[in-house]
Amino acid sequence: MKKLLSLFITFFKIGLFTFGGGYAMISLIESETVSKKGWLNADELLEIVAVAESTPGPIAINCATYVGYKRAGVLGSFFATLGVVLPSFLIIFAISFFIDEFLKIELVASAFKGIQAAVVVLILRAGLKMLKKAKKNFVSIVLLVFALGVTITFNLIGIKISSIYLILVGGVVGFFYYTYSKDQKEKQDTLPKQNDNCDKVEAVIDNDELNAQSKEESL
Amino acid sequence: MIFLELFWTFFKIGLFTFGGGYAMIPLIQQEVLSKSWIEEGMLYNFIGISEATPGPIAINMATFVGSTVGKMGGSALLGSIVATLGVVLPSFVIIIIIAALLKNFSKSKAVKNVLGGIKPVVIGLILGAGALLVYSNLFQEKFDYVSLIMMIAIAACAFVYKKITKKDLSPIIMILISSGFGMIVYSVF
Repeated sequence: MKKLLSLFITFFKIGLFTFGGGYAMISLIESETVSKKGWLNADELLEIVAVAESTPGPIAINCATYVGYKRAGVLGSFFATLGVVLPSFLIIFAISFFIDEFLKIELVASAFKGIQAAVVVLILRAGLKMLKKAKKNFVSIVLLVFALGVTITFNLIGIKISSIYLILVGGVVGFFYYTYSKDQKEKQDTLPKQNDNCDKVEAVIDNDELNAQSKEESL
Repeated sequence: MIFLELFWTFFKIGLFTFGGGYAMIPLIQQEVLSKSWIEEGMLYNFIGISEATPGPIAINMATFVGSTVGKMGGSALLGSIVATLGVVLPSFVIIIIIAALLKNFSKSKAVKNVLGGIKPVVIGLILGAGALLVYSNLFQEKFDYVSLIMMIAIAACAFVYKKITKKDLSPIIMILISSGFGMIVYSVF
């Protein structure tokens, strides 16, 4: 019982103090579960991040469910996930009641028109950042251009196609291409994989640095 | 049955989002707009608020859309609960299965190969969503110069900040700056 409560409270805190989504959360999860509580060691955290990245769904939820399970089984998952979801849920639910009234104020409506411009920049920045980090071989570039092209042209000519199909196509093409082209290009294939791992380690190190920086700033 | 539809829609979104919050935006955009649950402008207001409030973007968006659509169906609370539950459930079940049974899941070749194909598609989808958003912001009834200048100004702020500090300008600061820009610019024009 104490274990469950402590999982709930820890992930509630993580949910409450993370702004801007998944990756910002990893550094907080690190400081709470590795440094403070000693629930995990650094390797286990790395493994959790790798699993969270290779499964669908929000990274925060994946991490909470995984850590919860490792600590206290399915009930642990439940309380950790509930903890990480609850702050968002309560805050947004409250806001959703005021937003209509709020937007009737002219100044607020103007502010939100400005915010829409920021949202465009944020989305493009996220895409470009992922692009910079991505593997750039023939098949990746073809898939990227294919997804981008289909999204834009189909939208402009007014045909609705769910992105889910495009994601499925990507998964199938990736599976067959990387599985069956391995013999000819074994060397090229192992290299990016090592890089992948390095990236992950770097990502965690980056977060450590960020942490240190933010601590310095707060001092 | 609007609540069942909400649950199912967000379940699908949760099941097919790889790579964090932004990867979810193209899916939410499509599903929510094609059902005419929410106007386009309002959806982007939601994204802005989701960025500026704590918690995963996916949860914030699910709660928001659920509450708004649920209101039309009679209960905002039920709407936001089913949408949030829908988006969380696939992750929850999949992760428990992996944690319990598949110790080497993330090291598996097959998983890596499939993800190798999914990642570039997701990047294409995000860039596509961004490009379409630029398009719909600029080409309203006539060309919207103010919006163009606004986007360039904010992108410039983010770019200069990154060049000087080597760190990304945080979404919250970007939202604050842009809301200030908005208040000034749209009150004048």
